[in-house]
Amino acid sequence: MSDEEDDLILDELSDEDLVLQMHDDLYDGMADEIDEAVRILLKRNWLPYDILTKSLVEGMRIVGIDFRDGILFVPEVLLAAGAMKKGMGILKPLLIETGAPQLGKMVIGTVKGDIHDIGKNLVAMMMEGAGFEVIDLGINNPVEDYIDALKRENADILGMSALLTTTMPYMKVVIDTMKEQGIRDDYIVLVGGAPLNEEFGKAIGSDAYCRDAAVTVETAKEFMARRHNQL
Amino acid sequence: MQTLIIACGALAREVLALIELNGWQHMELSCLPADLHLRPEKIPDAVEAAVEAARGRYEQIFVAYADCGTGGLLKARCDALGVDMISGPHCYSFFEGNEAFTARGEVTSFYLTDFLARQFDAFVWRPMGLDKHPELRDMYFGNYEKLVYLAQTEDESLTAAATLAAQKLGLKFERRFTGYGDLSSSLGALPH
Repeated sequence: MSDEEDDLILDELSDEDLVLQMHDDLYDGMADEIDEAVRILLKRNWLPYDILTKSLVEGMRIVGIDFRDGILFVPEVLLAAGAMKKGMGILKPLLIETGAPQLGKMVIGTVKGDIHDIGKNLVAMMMEGAGFEVIDLGINNPVEDYIDALKRENADILGMSALLTTTMPYMKVVIDTMKEQGIRDDYIVLVGGAPLNEEFGKAIGSDAYCRDAAVTVETAKEFMARRHNQL
Repeated sequence: MQTLIIACGALAREVLALIELNGWQHMELSCLPADLHLRPEKIPDAVEAAVEAARGRYEQIFVAYADCGTGGLLKARCDALGVDMISGPHCYSFFEGNEAFTARGEVTSFYLTDFLARQFDAFVWRPMGLDKHPELRDMYFGNYEKLVYLAQTEDESLTAAATLAAQKLGLKFERRFTGYGDLSSSLGALPH
């Protein structure tokens, strides 16, 4: 980082420049700077929802594109996610107070036998940022956990994640159990994880395979809109 | 029968050791870069190119890879190419023996082999960015409980390296001697 950037005083930037700077700071995983900028925008009477969507979510969207294009790698994405998490930590309680659009409710977790939750955590964070309520079941979930949570939470979407080729077939076990119980069509089922692909998503009977967090958000929005139109 | 073994670079020492140990003079080894494991979707194309380049020069070609994160795509490609490969999901499994590995059903163990113990920094620590950002460690490894070193050889220096790796990752350490496991039986079963 240059001396000039070291001397940058966030509070002296215009709103527009500050938001652009936040995109840069998210890209560089600078959590403290994101924390400071979020507080500055709040002081300038920005709505928490606007800060979330225009600075944090948009910044992470850019990070997601560069990850997809092979410009950024997992460590950089994790640092960016850490910075976004810090900003969201400030905004979350305020969003509840001030209200934000609720697009739907998602139950998400990694499948039985799989403890790799980096992708799942990114998806959960981006879904929350986009206005979905997320019930995160964590790691290593047997079919009962998913189905109980879907019913208990009256959820709209089931998200399942797996990193291992040995655990990804368990997604079919969950979907088949939902079919047996006659509840498969009550939910949108989205699946993701490094070894998955579109063909696998179709073969197991999911609604869609989502290759990354940004695609998951867009796919979830699209399915929720279709669902809304059916009602 | 003149045989070419096309192997993952992470198995080079082990395959050469088995060739020497068993006097398999009919076998030659050709390795693909071990770092293909960082992008497993590239493995089937790389294996196909190696098979096609060697075709006609050997009576038999064997692929010393397991599924290795390809989700069945490598098996499908090898079937299409008419060459055999090692059974199982990955080298951790076939070194321990696929049946024994499956029976353990370990979910929260992170595995090292001799290769990975030797190359921990180059294949684990640095690619994950932990040399520059050690604060990311628990995001990667927070759900693991122990590091299991599956040892192919009796080598104190590798055990020490694996122990150190476990300490760096904040995991408990266990060493299991596996020898060459199903790698040995797979190569041994090839027609001579």
